[in-house]
Amino acid sequence: MKITVVVFPGSNCDHDAYHAFKHILGIPTRFVWHKETNLENADAVILPGGFAHGDYLRCGAIARFSPIMREVEAFAKKGGPVLGICNGFQILIEAGLLPGALLRNRSLNFICRDTYLRAEAADTPFTTRLKAGQVIRVPIAHGEGNYFADPETLKRLNGEGRVAFRYVDPNGRLNDEWNFNGSAEAIAGVLSEGRNIMGLMPHPERAVEETVGGRDGRLILGSLIDKFTRRAA
Amino acid sequence: MPFQAKVYVTPRKSVLDPQGKAVSSALHALGYPEVEDVRIGKFMEVRLGGDRQAATARLEEMCKKLLANTTIEDYRFEIEEERS
Repeated sequence: MKITVVVFPGSNCDHDAYHAFKHILGIPTRFVWHKETNLENADAVILPGGFAHGDYLRCGAIARFSPIMREVEAFAKKGGPVLGICNGFQILIEAGLLPGALLRNRSLNFICRDTYLRAEAADTPFTTRLKAGQVIRVPIAHGEGNYFADPETLKRLNGEGRVAFRYVDPNGRLNDEWNFNGSAEAIAGVLSEGRNIMGLMPHPERAVEETVGGRDGRLILGSLIDKFTRRAA
Repeated sequence: MPFQAKVYVTPRKSVLDPQGKAVSSALHALGYPEVEDVRIGKFMEVRLGGDRQAATARLEEMCKKLLANTTIEDYRFEIEEERS
């Protein structure tokens, strides 16, 4: 299996993602610069966190037109798994590959802290190591992560089981105080119609070792590789 | 003849605008209780060539493609011939 991590000017979690897949999970991983036009036979593509193109105009608005994004779209259309983390989620939304929008956090502050996430769907390429309802601890670090979608879209996402993760309290209950950015229905991650694209505001790649505050992120990144490595879930 | 376009991008009415809310409370605190609502958007000046009809059509396209995110924002623009 091969993982490709796309690097935009301003990406800053690209090396974290690389480290998590390459050194922790032991999967051949490579970087691809955003001006490239070839994903080099990737089995899964990661759009990492950061501030691509300085987040000028709107987060992800300029990055979505990077040449590599045409390849990412084609790869996703063929069913290839694509995971957009934080800024990567914002880019996927701007590209129209995921619905909704990510607004400024309710508090207007950049929030950097641990959050608790509840897996809402276990039948996705990103959650096979999780049970529906399972609670994990993964950090967030963003200023614009306040998920927004019109009522019709929210209804559709719920109906089709496309809400992947929600922010919850440590007991796994919906609690507005633990929905730090103010996301609609506490949504932290959403799936595409084909369930092969996921956008996630929290950073699983920053939670892969006990020394940096936990390893729950491995459950998400590990799920992504299971299909290819046939490792037991 | 180059044109000067003024592009206004504002959050849609149905979208929460936390910045506008914060500024509105600040204005109340400063003694302007008559303020009912503040919405904060973006203002862009775009200088472009072509004839007026083409420039208008192209700007419309630019707004839809890049300058505004129509899921959460409305846009409008005014276009003026540049005086030399």
